[in-house]
Amino acid sequence: MTTIPLFHVLILSSLLFVIGFIGVVARKNTLFILMSLEVMLNAVGVAFIGAGSVWQQADGQVMFILILTLAAAEVAAGLALLIRMQKRYHSLDIDLLNRMKG
Amino acid sequence: MMLTALATIESLFYLAGLVAVIASLKVVTGNNTVHALLYLVVSLLAVAVCFYLMGAPFAAGLEVIVYAGAILVLFVFAVLMFGLGKDELRHAPKSNNLANMIAAMLLAFVVLVELVIIIYHGDMQQSLQANVVDSKAVGIMLYGPYLLAVEIASFLLLAGLLAGYHYAKPDGTEASL
Repeated sequence: MTTIPLFHVLILSSLLFVIGFIGVVARKNTLFILMSLEVMLNAVGVAFIGAGSVWQQADGQVMFILILTLAAAEVAAGLALLIRMQKRYHSLDIDLLNRMKG
Repeated sequence: MMLTALATIESLFYLAGLVAVIASLKVVTGNNTVHALLYLVVSLLAVAVCFYLMGAPFAAGLEVIVYAGAILVLFVFAVLMFGLGKDELRHAPKSNNLANMIAAMLLAFVVLVELVIIIYHGDMQQSLQANVVDSKAVGIMLYGPYLLAVEIASFLLLAGLLAGYHYAKPDGTEASL
């Protein structure tokens, strides 16, 4: 059995998740929103790894690898969109995007 | 010696978790993009130490190599491509650089000290070895019951690659794809 109680792992995970969520909601700079999304995904990974180590199953690490893949794909697409946005508006303020039509 | 007596798996875990939380707070509240990115690296490294202490060394290695090593480098490249625009410099903190530097170095140094303690602490190594879920089990799961998920993940990566290529290419080259 693991020596770290699952409850404490979940507290750490939810703390990180809430910090990331506050960043996503409160920031205006799109780059910071992407970074906060990374923090949130990482927090979910902590929860999966903790659960996997409590029950001594490999499933938690498998889910973590899938989350890692998701994060990589998300960052690639998100940063490409950010480059496009920087080219068009010369700013990363997310409020500029509410002018989009169509 | 006193450090090694105090060091149990739990206390190291809580310390690494504290570093991760503080670094994440600095990421979310930061003004300077590059500083926030570097704090994000510290946060990910601290979480990697947490993974190692939870008995998942494979996940800890992946966290360092893929997250901190690849995804964050992608971020840094993108930030360098943006250039630090006017609004960035205007909002940049008029800070005393030294205090900033010392705080960041302290966080990273805590993670380093933890790693050294873990490596040189024989009892802790043994008790960590007892509850490790090794990479062999993960590999068997990945290519057994989770095979379909792996295939879907590969399609997701392909989609990310195509999206990155399509959105980030210069405007004049529509004909090529």
